[in-house]
Amino acid sequence: MPGEMDEIVAEFLVESYESLDRLDRDLLALERDPHARDVLASIFRTMHTIKGTCGFLGFVKLERIAHAAESLLAGLRDGSMSITPQTAGVLLATGDVLRLILRQIEASGTDGEDDHDALVDELGRLREAPPDPAAPPAAASQPASRPPRMRHGRGAGIRTAVTDTTVRVDVSLLDRLMTLVGELVLARNHLVEMASDRADPALTSATQSVDRITAELQEGVMKTRLQPIRTAWGTFPRVARDLAVALDKRVRIETDGDDTELDRSIIEAIKDPLTHIVRNAVDHGIEGPEVRVAAGKPDEGVVLVRAYHEGGQVTIEVADDGAGIDLDAVRAKAVETASMTPEEADRMSEREAIDLLFLPGFSTADHVTEVSGRGVGMDVVRTNIERIGGSIDISSRRGEGTTFKIRIPLTLAIIPVLIATSGEERFAIPQANLLEVVGVVPGSIETLHEVPVYRLRDRLLPVVSLAHELDLERDEEAPAGRFLAVLQADDRRFGLLVDGLSDPSEIVVKPLGPQLHGLEVYAGATILGNGRVGLILDVVGLAARAGVISDVHERLLDVERPAEGSRNARALLVFADAAGSRMAVPLDLVDRLEGFPRAAVERSGPDEAVPYGDRILPLLSLQDLLVERRRAPRRGGEEMAADLQVLVHRRGDDLVGLVVGQIIDIVEQPLELEAASRPGVSGTMFVQGRITEILDLPGLLETHEERLRLDVAASAGAAS
Amino acid sequence: MKRLATFTVDGRFLGVDVTSVREVLRPQEMTRVPLAPPRVAGLINLRGEIVTAIDLRVALGRRQLGKSDRPMNVVVTTEHGSVSVLVDAVGDVLEVDEDAFERPPSTLRGSARDLILGAYKLDGGLLLELDLDAAIGTTSPSGIDAEVEDR
Repeated sequence: MPGEMDEIVAEFLVESYESLDRLDRDLLALERDPHARDVLASIFRTMHTIKGTCGFLGFVKLERIAHAAESLLAGLRDGSMSITPQTAGVLLATGDVLRLILRQIEASGTDGEDDHDALVDELGRLREAPPDPAAPPAAASQPASRPPRMRHGRGAGIRTAVTDTTVRVDVSLLDRLMTLVGELVLARNHLVEMASDRADPALTSATQSVDRITAELQEGVMKTRLQPIRTAWGTFPRVARDLAVALDKRVRIETDGDDTELDRSIIEAIKDPLTHIVRNAVDHGIEGPEVRVAAGKPDEGVVLVRAYHEGGQVTIEVADDGAGIDLDAVRAKAVETASMTPEEADRMSEREAIDLLFLPGFSTADHVTEVSGRGVGMDVVRTNIERIGGSIDISSRRGEGTTFKIRIPLTLAIIPVLIATSGEERFAIPQANLLEVVGVVPGSIETLHEVPVYRLRDRLLPVVSLAHELDLERDEEAPAGRFLAVLQADDRRFGLLVDGLSDPSEIVVKPLGPQLHGLEVYAGATILGNGRVGLILDVVGLAARAGVISDVHERLLDVERPAEGSRNARALLVFADAAGSRMAVPLDLVDRLEGFPRAAVERSGPDEAVPYGDRILPLLSLQDLLVERRRAPRRGGEEMAADLQVLVHRRGDDLVGLVVGQIIDIVEQPLELEAASRPGVSGTMFVQGRITEILDLPGLLETHEERLRLDVAASAGAAS
Repeated sequence: MKRLATFTVDGRFLGVDVTSVREVLRPQEMTRVPLAPPRVAGLINLRGEIVTAIDLRVALGRRQLGKSDRPMNVVVTTEHGSVSVLVDAVGDVLEVDEDAFERPPSTLRGSARDLILGAYKLDGGLLLELDLDAAIGTTSPSGIDAEVEDR
């Protein structure tokens, strides 16, 4: 039954590759802590399992090596010898040879011609004549004899128990499922758009079911594709060790957040860039032991690799405690390569200088080593990370170390976006880049050195017109844009001026054909709810095209910020309540502005809330808060706008979402209040020439909480 | 014998190998791609697949399709996926005789020269065979080589 046999061999290969990766990690851990018996036991088990299985499958050569290694490990385990860098090195090399043979089996079905006698001999020699444990520094401090316990391995033949509840699935099947879910999401979007056009309750309810199930299915399928980031950086300790040995350095890799999960396509895409960064850190970042000791640091350098979730994205940091980036060397190099004059180089900010490292062919390494410093590298790293919608930043302190910070999306396939319109055309803006949305009135966009800017709170924001950047045909008579999407591109912000912005929706990202690959302003395309193709804007590319990604630019704006706006001027957020009357609230009371689809609201009794990051944001309707003193509590079903506009307000450690009708603008002017018109309002004043009520947000919430307490007390009283 | 799917573009009678044609579609809703090269007319939704539409007129060095033009889509399969070639009208699939084939005359100049593999002399006139890869812009124009060969 050759078919069945192939399957067994395939499973053996997959398991053995995994085992060998674990073996690497365990050996490094053991080298660090020679007393770690559980680690030693794990190594022994791994080798024993490989030996047993390949014996069963008839891979004699493989079995012979595994057997020799197992004998050596047995010696380590029963305490008759202890691990030295030499034994660790040979055992690591054994792992490499085993991998090589596995690959051969994968390719040809046999374990090859080579008997690997040298390796078997070496393993045997180490077993017979263990190197003097006193010689290597790592083992010098250990007692020569150890209690010879654990005579019989309890792990013989044990296979990991987790396999009982898991199923191995071909990745291409998962990919296919993901594609199908993508199609389903598109069809769902189409359906939702159609259902909202006709007020048919049955259709609406069926659509809602489809909507909910699609969302759950999507989440489920996406989860099947998630892998812990460990799989991307599992090899780093080994990479760093080998590199450090070659460079005569002492380096330790520490990881944090190993279980942070990412879509496998992203894991694959970041593996090489991350490896490059880690090699770079060991090669260029960490100094030699003498230099480190002279600088008052421990002789062993540390590279910390950590991953964590942050705002719908995953952040990966690679931080070393090495020498930091020598910015003077960077400046000198820039002058040397004649890309700028010494004066220009001196004027460069730290950030601009660091940015130079991302230029193709730019390297400050004094000498070319085997691993890096050949001028290929950081530009490729950045390109690869940006290709998957990520960004990379470097921060560095001379003498203290360098930190690479990479932000990447959780998944590539389905992303939340807002649809921006400009004239007749629609474009998707990834929500990951969106900070907030501001409504602008004609005349509120000013120009500074021919650069259009908008005053957002206390800062001037460069404004980019979508119509202008994309050469869109637009009726010039139309009001000059009505919304400003405040976007984040790398570390810079800018406002994108558009005619309209839709509710957030989820779209499936599809790649563009080769004819359009040169266009940096698009990240891809998608099918919109109406069945037409929509382009997805690449915010970083758009910023680059518009020229806003320049530190000089931003500094200019900072320095020349107009000093006007008298001292007591306050930034006010102007909005309309659900009934359309104008209100405002001091902006410093507002943490963020958010829009939530109605479908996202969860109800529990009379309370409403929405999931917000990793917490729950309770929602309060402004309408209810203001009228609750006049009327009995009510639940309005009548004001069903498509989307909830929410001001997020911080009360101590808690966040509260205040549902308002519509965000209008942010203005800056002194508070000059007329008498209050009703409870919950501090007073009225003219804002932008119109009478506006200034909301007493803290007062309003206190009243509300007081009332809740009374209600609770009253119901408790009634119950007793 | 070779079978060519034929169509007309701006008065020219053109053909491509019928095996490369996936399907023919009536005029489609198209999304323009701002800043794209002129030969890219836009993107169409082909049952959930996003397909780039190529304006053959631009590729052939003629004036661009106007807004009121309602071109037919000849969807062809290439190694880079499907591409829609916009044409004025779709003709029959014709069997042509390899003997009737001739390379383009050296007097044929300009971008058209890079896109035409050659002509079949039919009774009614000339049928020009299109170099699909060159027309949709996935390969660089092969004009230089051809010119050297001709001399």
